[in-house]
Amino acid sequence: MHSTIRHINQWILSILLFLSPIAYGADLEIIIDKGIENALPIAIVPFGWSQAAGLPPIDISAIILNDLARSGRFAPMEEQDLPQRPNDFAQVNFKDWQKLGMENLVIGQLGQTATGDYVVNFRLLDVYKGKQIVGFSIPSGKVRLRRTAHEIADIIYEKLIGVRGAFATRIAYITVIKNRDGTKKYTLQIADADGFNPQILLQSPEPLLSPAWSPDGKKIAYVSFESKNSTVYVQDVITGKREKIASNPGINSAPAWSPDGSRLAMTLSKDGNAEIYVMNLSSKSLQRVTSNAAIDTEPAWSHNGNMLAFTSDRGGGPQIYEVSASGGEPKRLTFEGPYNARPRYSPDDTKLAVIHGENSVYRIAVVDRKSGQLNILTESRLDESPSFSPNGHMIIYTTTGFRGTELAATSTDGSVHQRLALEGGEVREPAWGPFMNQ
Amino acid sequence: MNFRSILILIFAVMLFGCSSTEEKKEVAVEDQGISGTDVQAQGTGEDTGSGINALDDPNSPLSVRIIYFEYDSSDIRPQYRTTVEAHAAYLAANPNVIVTLEGHADERGSREYNLALGERRALSVKNQMTLLGASTGQIRTVSYGEERPAAAGSDESSWSQNRRVEILY
Repeated sequence: MHSTIRHINQWILSILLFLSPIAYGADLEIIIDKGIENALPIAIVPFGWSQAAGLPPIDISAIILNDLARSGRFAPMEEQDLPQRPNDFAQVNFKDWQKLGMENLVIGQLGQTATGDYVVNFRLLDVYKGKQIVGFSIPSGKVRLRRTAHEIADIIYEKLIGVRGAFATRIAYITVIKNRDGTKKYTLQIADADGFNPQILLQSPEPLLSPAWSPDGKKIAYVSFESKNSTVYVQDVITGKREKIASNPGINSAPAWSPDGSRLAMTLSKDGNAEIYVMNLSSKSLQRVTSNAAIDTEPAWSHNGNMLAFTSDRGGGPQIYEVSASGGEPKRLTFEGPYNARPRYSPDDTKLAVIHGENSVYRIAVVDRKSGQLNILTESRLDESPSFSPNGHMIIYTTTGFRGTELAATSTDGSVHQRLALEGGEVREPAWGPFMNQ
Repeated sequence: MNFRSILILIFAVMLFGCSSTEEKKEVAVEDQGISGTDVQAQGTGEDTGSGINALDDPNSPLSVRIIYFEYDSSDIRPQYRTTVEAHAAYLAANPNVIVTLEGHADERGSREYNLALGERRALSVKNQMTLLGASTGQIRTVSYGEERPAAAGSDESSWSQNRRVEILY
């Protein structure tokens, strides 16, 4: 099954390369290492295409299949095992599918209108009841077709798993490529959550780090060393225009957006050592949140806007603390192990993803905020920068492999695992973007 | 591991070793011929013909430009005391000279925490230099965290080379 997914990825890549010669840079390839044992069986029949001659502009069913397989919660049927290839309800022979124990069936059609736009019809069917669970007819311009396929996967995910799917989302990340002369080229990129359509937002000969999406997905804050010292910028994703937010002497880093997008928490050391501050983005006024000779950094905003979690070594080594966003006495949250850093709240604020270090091994762990219980999710040795998907089901993070850093993703219970590899370079610092609303 | 108590400890050690340090300072200055003719040599580092600039002398402790640190630590280890003293003395004797201390960390753990750790190392060296006579206005600090490794490997040999402060004139 795994090799089929990779095979399908390569097949899609070659089709896309054939049809659209524009390539913004290498695509990420997703390799699934582990799926859950009782994954839901599902069959996705290749969609019908209204034009008799010529290939469809895109293989919608393959995108849906890859999305669902990537989540690790579905076991899609192999194409060669499909007993029939219906495109609409009338063509479905439910007995054929029942015989194979295939409870869920996805069928559909891609059509082209007279104006050159497209319409995607799909139906999710309950094979045993012989009924439709959900179906939609979605108009789509050509450019939007991939996203429409992801949205269909989201709908299927929500109907069968009970939680909103996060396939029609984007990720931001940093790439590092070594030039022939030994110098490095850093880029800040965004791509679809499946690694397709990478776009370079910024390119620099100096390090970039800590990309952070605004809650509305329209801006990205990041740290750049282009002026030979860490500086925080906020850049508009569509226009590319950017604003310098913090360039004080010392450290300016770790930007984190408030849930309403009006404020940015960050680390500044201008007053003597690394402390957490909150900046009002319209007035640019600064409020100091921590005051301690220790290192206080990596603020993360809770989704209800009330709390900031951060890393502090005031207790000796780095641990996670939490403080009210309006200031106060921080409370320590992690007590297991000598090193816990880089907190991120789950979308429902019940958990924090952290880097957990012990015996020279650094892994991604999830801490329950109430009980303090810590669960280690990864098995590698040098992991960092965890980021939750907006539905809280997956965590994307950086891991270190043979070629340097690469991205990986795990489900929040550790049962699903995959790697996203970029050819010819290192990838790191992923930030999973928010749900995209119409 | 309290930063303040370590600072006090360093200061106490400095007090005890004070006299021998001053002797070394004076010897170094005389050897390089930098005394009354300082005016020409200061701030430009040019060869005035009156002897090698101290910064270029490969035999001087000033030729050591990197201080290495232990894991998650910003303590300056005893083997680097001579180096820090020499640079502090040079700065004290050349008030127009500006130096940049670049702090770094190895790749393990979180990137942003490592940025702060690199800074703490640079500040640690700065603090010791100012205690020894350099003025704070002469010393700039910048941290690159783990972003500019000296060694690319993922083993202790590489990591130990990356936990450093570089002294840049």
